[in-house]
Amino acid sequence: MSASDDVWILGIRMTKFGKHPDLDTVDLAAEAAIGALDDAGVTMADVGVLAAGNLMNASAGIGQQLQKQIGQTGIPVYNVANACATGATALRTAIMAVKAGEADYGMAVGVEKLAGAGLLGAGGVKRGDAKTWSPSGRYGAVAPIDGRIGTETMPGVFAQIGIEYDHKYGGLSFELFARISEKNHAHSTLNPLAAYQKKFTLEEIMGDVMIAYPNTRPMCSANCDGAAAAVVCNGETLKSLSLQQRRRAVKVSASVLTTDPYEEGCQVLPNVNTLTRNAAGTAYEQAGVSPGDLDLVELHDCFATAELVHYDNLMLCEEGGAAEFFNSGATWRDGSTPVNVSGGLQSKGHPIAATGIANIWEICHHLRGEAGDRQIANAKIGLAHVIGLGSACGVHILERSAA
Amino acid sequence: MEVGVAGQVPMVDYLVLDDGEPHLVANECASCGARFFDRRNACAKCFATQFTTVPIATEGTVRAFTIVAFAAPGVPTPFVAAVIDCDGTQVRANLTNIEPDPEHIRSGMDVRLTTYSLGEDSEGTTAVGFAFSPAV
Repeated sequence: MSASDDVWILGIRMTKFGKHPDLDTVDLAAEAAIGALDDAGVTMADVGVLAAGNLMNASAGIGQQLQKQIGQTGIPVYNVANACATGATALRTAIMAVKAGEADYGMAVGVEKLAGAGLLGAGGVKRGDAKTWSPSGRYGAVAPIDGRIGTETMPGVFAQIGIEYDHKYGGLSFELFARISEKNHAHSTLNPLAAYQKKFTLEEIMGDVMIAYPNTRPMCSANCDGAAAAVVCNGETLKSLSLQQRRRAVKVSASVLTTDPYEEGCQVLPNVNTLTRNAAGTAYEQAGVSPGDLDLVELHDCFATAELVHYDNLMLCEEGGAAEFFNSGATWRDGSTPVNVSGGLQSKGHPIAATGIANIWEICHHLRGEAGDRQIANAKIGLAHVIGLGSACGVHILERSAA
Repeated sequence: MEVGVAGQVPMVDYLVLDDGEPHLVANECASCGARFFDRRNACAKCFATQFTTVPIATEGTVRAFTIVAFAAPGVPTPFVAAVIDCDGTQVRANLTNIEPDPEHIRSGMDVRLTTYSLGEDSEGTTAVGFAFSPAV
């Protein structure tokens, strides 16, 4: 084993996203992991490191639980938790181990059971049962803050992030945000693994239940069950494999994880912009590509308002130009920079820890030319982005094999 | 709102009721000037550990908002959550005395601090919260 700058995705798989009442997290993780191993043409005997994430049950050791079902070989396991960036963090952990020369093959797995879960991010403190007002916590609060001092719910936080963009640059409207959702739901009709494959009219989206203005229900990510897994290897190892394996391998041209650097106000309303821009900038530099080279992008559209700001943060458009960029049709699947052709989190679904690997699966599927009806023709380079509030941002740039 | 200080407790410790008009205060880094509302261990910007307490302007402009229609159990809806730029310091708060309707709220609107009662506890102490209302 030796340190290598060259890391490849050899095998990758996502489960169908949606409701899996008869499968537990280990079943879903096992389905994805065994699928990824089969896709790679290797077994657990080859894998030298495992990184795994299951955010809603982060202390349970999903990596070891998975090993007990699919193969206990004594390799190191890194159980990771990084909010909605958990899957990307698991993948990046496996990539770092392979890159450092600690293992020839690594595997990353992300899994979540979230079907039927309600609103995420809302404070769980019971209200109104205090006998006397007594201050507690870092704000010395005598009562729960959520709902009294702004909102801690995800739809509300990301709604403000979209409105803030409008405040800075203008040109946005409820209808424009709804049109982004219209695009992603339309895209999802071509994805058999999406939790929802239903096309919505603009009127249906705007007329649906309001969650946090301007995000209505179909403009919010869909809670669902699902898992995704990837097997990575270094370039030297890939050279020893079959032509078929080399042809289907996808090059990891950039793998970046960032957190939010301090900026005024970032502890008041999370700043999801700067850490994404930083991650993207580093990734483009690592990969030696520019945004204009991307054939497709899977970005973290946890809410319609989020997708819009990330056009700008990923530098797909000029600074301040996200509305114009979207209005030009660029991000539809027949546009110049197709975004979320999988249907995105709003329709494909968002089983949190699986998301950061599932979006890479989508890109790989196109780069391998295996995406069927929704194939982006002749796709060579793609970018996958996730963000977890708190915050963590993962950006991966992937390239088709020349073999 | 005229409130006697005795028998009152602010909803959060950065709301000051007993020093002139009600206002918010922040922990300002003595080294770089970064402002924080929570109890601090060190400065997130420059890592210094000395802070002073500074008053925050009671008037500001809405920088971002949302109208929350669906919230955690027990949270009354709809309500307007916002980020207010108070003379350069960002403040999180609800907007009050305003229709929770996009026709009536816009970013950039001028607002000012106001206080309200959260109710009395079993010892007769009133908790006082804050929000921002349109500056007329």
